Amino acid sequence: MDDVILKMAGITKTFPGVKALQDVNLEVRRGQIHAICGENGAGKSTLMKVLSGVYPHGGYDGEITFDGQVCAFSDIRDSESRGIVIIHQELALSPYLSIAENIFLGNERVRRGLIDWHRTNAEAAELLARVGLKENPTARVSDLGVGKQQLVEIAKALSKKVRLLILDEPTAALNDADSEHLLDLLRGLRSEGVTCVIISHKLNEIEAVSDAVTILRDGRTIQTLDFHTQEVTQDRIITGMVGRDLEHRYPEHTPAIGEEVLRIEDWTVFSPTQRGRKVVDGANLTLRRGEITGLAGLMGAGRTELAMSVFGRSYGVDISGRLVKDGKEIRVRSVDDAIAHGIGYATEDRKRYGLNLIDDIKRNISAAALPKLARAGLVDPREEYKVAEGYRAEMNIKAPAVTAVTGKLSGGNQQKVVLSKWMFADPDVLILDEPTRGIDVGAKFEIYTIVNRLADAGKAVLVISSELPELLGICDRVYAMSAGRITGVLDRDQATPERLMTLMTTESLLEADVTAEEILTTPEPTAESEQEAPRELETAAPFEQVEDQ
Amino acid sequence: MSSIAPPSETGVATPAGPGAGSARPRFEINLRASGIYLAFAAIVVLFDILTHGLLLTPENVSNLIVQNSYILVLAIGMILVIIAGHIDLSAGSVVAVTGAISAVLMVNHHMAWPLALLITLIAGAAIGAWQGYWVAYFGLPAFIVTLAGMLVFRALTMTVLGNQGIGPFPNQVRTLSTGFLGSVLGNVGLGSLGGADLFTLVIGVVAVLAGVASQWRARTAKQRYGQQVESVGLFVGKMALMALVVLGVVVQLARYKNLPWVLVLLTVLVLGYSLVASRTVFGRHVYAIGGNSQAAVLSGVKVKKVTFWIFVNMGVLAAIAGVVFAGRLNQAGPTAGTNFELDAIAAAFIGGAAVTGGVGKVVGAITGGLIMGVINNGMSLLGAPSERVMLVKGLILLAAVAFDVWAKRRAGTAR
Repeated sequence: MDDVILKMAGITKTFPGVKALQDVNLEVRRGQIHAICGENGAGKSTLMKVLSGVYPHGGYDGEITFDGQVCAFSDIRDSESRGIVIIHQELALSPYLSIAENIFLGNERVRRGLIDWHRTNAEAAELLARVGLKENPTARVSDLGVGKQQLVEIAKALSKKVRLLILDEPTAALNDADSEHLLDLLRGLRSEGVTCVIISHKLNEIEAVSDAVTILRDGRTIQTLDFHTQEVTQDRIITGMVGRDLEHRYPEHTPAIGEEVLRIEDWTVFSPTQRGRKVVDGANLTLRRGEITGLAGLMGAGRTELAMSVFGRSYGVDISGRLVKDGKEIRVRSVDDAIAHGIGYATEDRKRYGLNLIDDIKRNISAAALPKLARAGLVDPREEYKVAEGYRAEMNIKAPAVTAVTGKLSGGNQQKVVLSKWMFADPDVLILDEPTRGIDVGAKFEIYTIVNRLADAGKAVLVISSELPELLGICDRVYAMSAGRITGVLDRDQATPERLMTLMTTESLLEADVTAEEILTTPEPTAESEQEAPRELETAAPFEQVEDQ
Repeated sequence: MSSIAPPSETGVATPAGPGAGSARPRFEINLRASGIYLAFAAIVVLFDILTHGLLLTPENVSNLIVQNSYILVLAIGMILVIIAGHIDLSAGSVVAVTGAISAVLMVNHHMAWPLALLITLIAGAAIGAWQGYWVAYFGLPAFIVTLAGMLVFRALTMTVLGNQGIGPFPNQVRTLSTGFLGSVLGNVGLGSLGGADLFTLVIGVVAVLAGVASQWRARTAKQRYGQQVESVGLFVGKMALMALVVLGVVVQLARYKNLPWVLVLLTVLVLGYSLVASRTVFGRHVYAIGGNSQAAVLSGVKVKKVTFWIFVNMGVLAAIAGVVFAGRLNQAGPTAGTNFELDAIAAAFIGGAAVTGGVGKVVGAITGGLIMGVINNGMSLLGAPSERVMLVKGLILLAAVAFDVWAKRRAGTAR
């Protein structure tokens, strides 16, 4: 009866400076669908990478027992040979190869050193039938939609005699019909005896298919709930996901909120890669002077897409909607238009999109507003040095000199360089996308202080973050986004992690304001106690504030 | 390096002192940055010894400059293309076609040479705009666009010329390529070195003084802003070396005939483009694009526009090189400029440009071009056959880039 196929005990995984997993325990029973839930960054994917050998044995502490045997996987092939197959969120198919070639990639059907095409295609056809995909095995993968590609991935897993199938956010990019089909397929596999571990943000799906759910938070196991023996509700899962001890601290801040600066109206954006897929759907936001506004949402909710499409159409196609800046509609066709209209955007991926890593601090700081330093077309290098030195002191950038190359700085200091760049560009509206991602706790405090200073300087700040406590700790108002839509907006004194998480996991709700109200009229008992924390931040603020300015 | 903030402060400035383990990395950076100049000096000394002083005779110094001028002009344009992360394989063919255009205008149509020159430069710009359009706005890889250009413009050259050489060029154009400044102040005796042109010497001394003065001004200004500067001893040493090299070249030129006009042209281009690269908004955007084009886009750099103008500029410089080269041969030929692009690309990479873009200097590319020129010239003075010259040049290019990649990798892992 206690038929446990997988047992992970006391798993601890450390990255330089960060404990990604801390004493995590997971037990999965044979022939079940086991869900894993948690906020972004809770450690779900890391745990699965440990299990599948992406992080090899020796790189973590703890013990993995699979089917009664202790395992020490050295790489992903090792775990696959035991029947553990992981399907990552970003599909790993080779787009220009056929379905059959993809299924047997690295595992080719060979006769006398040559590919046996007859067998390859015949076996592929069988596997496709099993996953319910009516496509020719010789069809090119790039011609398939995402939903069908997902099925090809599963067929590929089946070809490896899978016993434990791990799916990381399998339905994140799928529409409802494809999701439904996928969930049906998982049920079918379960009846065939395949055990599944599914990582998902979609609580309704978890409720629909899972036998058990394990909740992770901040790299620790919070609890495992069994759908067969306990009453498990979405609310209960949400409480487990968000209820955390207050380990971060936030600087106190009293906002001086002024008039509206930017209004985003009916903003709709389509995906540039998947034709016809709406990534932002009729979003409405208002940003006000001196106010720190938050934007919450789970992975794939469309937050970054919204921000970047507003920032000079740097993401997306067929963008429609209106931008109203200081009461007048503006047209923003490119990033330099956006900057000229006083809109700035600090990207979530500093290294790839935010910095020129081979260049020094001063040139990165001046990059978005170089003409400010130019006289008669020539950049004044001494003035540039002076400006950069000023920010180094003001932002406490820890580097030997502003001539130090940014690629060698720590994450926190790199982020300060990015923020300095935008402070120098001096926009009226500044969008900060995951401003504290990958930054240690001490530097986070400094970043929050800087964000407060930006607001005090009269800027409208929009903070996108996956960390709810951060949004609740620093924002005056928080929008929630789900599946491309704004599903609600909560003022600071109304916002609780539970309410936000409910909005973030709500799907296909049409009227944003109604949603917010509905949720407000039905507060859970736990919400009351949580509500105290944000209020407290405001009470003693006035004194400290004067010093800041 | 974690930074724990004091809870009540907004962040205290803690400027790290000059001591913080910075001595060694600074020296390494200096070595990497100046390695190319040291290598150049070593190669010059080596060949001067091997050729028993033939390399640095007055006539040969003058020849070296004139012979390599068009490659150096191309290298200036090429370094900007390469810093932006692109490549131009068509430069040699553009040299040919612009040379042909100028020949047809000046020789066949007897057009006044300034007008013909202007039209040729505009033609170069148009060619650059054509290629820039495909690279910047259509989004094709520069490798493909300019490979196509290499064929297309070679074909156009042959069409324009009717597959034969056209010449001779007007005297003024030939003067630009091969002529010398006139003697203004007469000759002066230099003891055992014999007579030399006084005007040339004066220009050399003025150039050295101006160079030292501007470097000194930059140094004191840096100090005033609290930047670190090299020690006085190192500074004096560097300036002395610079003065020695410039005066040495100028004295040899003065003893031969005078300053070649093409050296004047080159000097103007090098100073001008160094300023463009390091000080103008446009130049800084070129580096930003090569360093991280996506970050450049998100910083408001008009990446497409800048890329477009980089290619237009390359076309104009190729046209200048085309006229200089045609003037030197006194004829525009269908095979003119063959493989020039490869020399220019090699010059840029030997001169320290990064294969991945974002790094490079105009002066570096010029030095790289001179290294190739000295090897060419020195080996032919030694009577080496051309295949051996090619072999050595190839290996030098490989070694230079391998060294750069190796140094970077080491710097990366040393952290």
